[in-house]
Amino acid sequence: MSTTTRDLEDLSPFGYGDRSPANDIDGTDPKSAVALGPDVTPWELAADVNDPEIPALSIADLGILRAVEVSDDGGTVTVTITPTYSGCPAMKAIEHDLRRVFTEAGYREVVVDVVLAPAWTTDWITPRGLAALEESGIAPPTGTRAVAGPVSVGLSVRCPHCGDFDTEVLSQFGSTSCKALYRCNTCREPFDWFKTLR
Amino acid sequence: MGAVPEFAGERYAAETYSPLVDLTLRLGDDALVLSQRLMEWVASAPVLEEDVAIANIALDLLGQGRMLISYAGSIMSPPKSEDELAYLRQAREFRSSHLVEIPRGDFAQTMARQLVFSTYQSLLYAELTHSTDATIAAIAAKASKEVRYHLDHATQWVLRLGDGTDESHERMQAGLDVVWPYVDELFDADSGVEVYDGPQTDEKLRPLIDAGVCPDFGALREPCIDQLTAVIETATLTVPQTKWHARGGRRGVHTSDLDFLLAEMQSVHRAYPGATW
Repeated sequence: MSTTTRDLEDLSPFGYGDRSPANDIDGTDPKSAVALGPDVTPWELAADVNDPEIPALSIADLGILRAVEVSDDGGTVTVTITPTYSGCPAMKAIEHDLRRVFTEAGYREVVVDVVLAPAWTTDWITPRGLAALEESGIAPPTGTRAVAGPVSVGLSVRCPHCGDFDTEVLSQFGSTSCKALYRCNTCREPFDWFKTLR
Repeated sequence: MGAVPEFAGERYAAETYSPLVDLTLRLGDDALVLSQRLMEWVASAPVLEEDVAIANIALDLLGQGRMLISYAGSIMSPPKSEDELAYLRQAREFRSSHLVEIPRGDFAQTMARQLVFSTYQSLLYAELTHSTDATIAAIAAKASKEVRYHLDHATQWVLRLGDGTDESHERMQAGLDVVWPYVDELFDADSGVEVYDGPQTDEKLRPLIDAGVCPDFGALREPCIDQLTAVIETATLTVPQTKWHARGGRRGVHTSDLDFLLAEMQSVHRAYPGATW
């Protein structure tokens, strides 16, 4: 794989594949993080990427953005993310978005590291993230553990539409891995609940 | 014994796997094959919610399988990619149990298998969370959280169907009867004795057990059967009696069901080698 990639890289002024196309056209140095402007930190840049399956939520508010590190010369940025669920299909899209954002900001090389430990938990969703979920009609994770063993523990999930606690679970599995399907018994609206995962 | 027969299936024959690769493939192949079986329900489940639920469970298992198989590939010599291992191995090279490869049957039979596998997986992965192998521990910690939901889902259905109408009771019992002979293999070393006399510790995994990488699978059998028995009896069903036990999956001996499953799963990759999108 590496041989082919390198040949194509040499041929193309914009590089090839996942490599950054940005700054090497005239051989000048890559921009440093300073070029982003004094107000935008690399963390904020990464935090600007949203989860494609829950666009209301940035990856920072979701708690899957774990670290952003810039090399001493300012050319390479290493972004560390962790998946919500093992099979989360959004990871690849998030990785591509991170590459695009940092490439556009002038980084020569973008490394996206996916780590598994410590395992993600809904406790890492920020207060702003919880509010954004509710605002977009998704009930945020509740404070107690959802499943303690082979039998479900009854929980009061608040309806994000009318605010009533008289809701029932329709299915523990919803439109994405991280959500369950609920219905409000008061306003009769179905809604997604972001499953508590600890 | 002289030369080993030269056919493709022997490329990954048991003796060429290191114990750690063998362990990781057993875990990963179980997840991958069961994921593929579950996906057969997509667009055919009894109700829409179940379609979504089963697809989600399959997706979790696929994710777990990918992580485990990628890890196995990374410690092979020479290293292999997850795609090579998933799409280019033959049935003889898979280390999955027979439980995950048998046909899905009706919905009750699928739920019977899910109950058995989720119970086994929840007990096993709870142990693996403390593995001295950091990668296995991390994957197990992540997977354990997901498996709790899978176990809850299967338990609810077994209770509902078992303690439901005459027909649902009958079909749930029939489903359990089909999967029960496949339970013991999950805990069995299958180290080659002719006469089956209960699960034995796997000598191949012995170094890993001693090093704290994995538990002795045989020790998990009793708590697993106890937990299954509790659910089955609460569901007014009967724990099946069986006169035979499936064996062989862990050393690559499978039923023809796996061949058909792989033919479907691998068809695109084999038709368009190296294709990406």
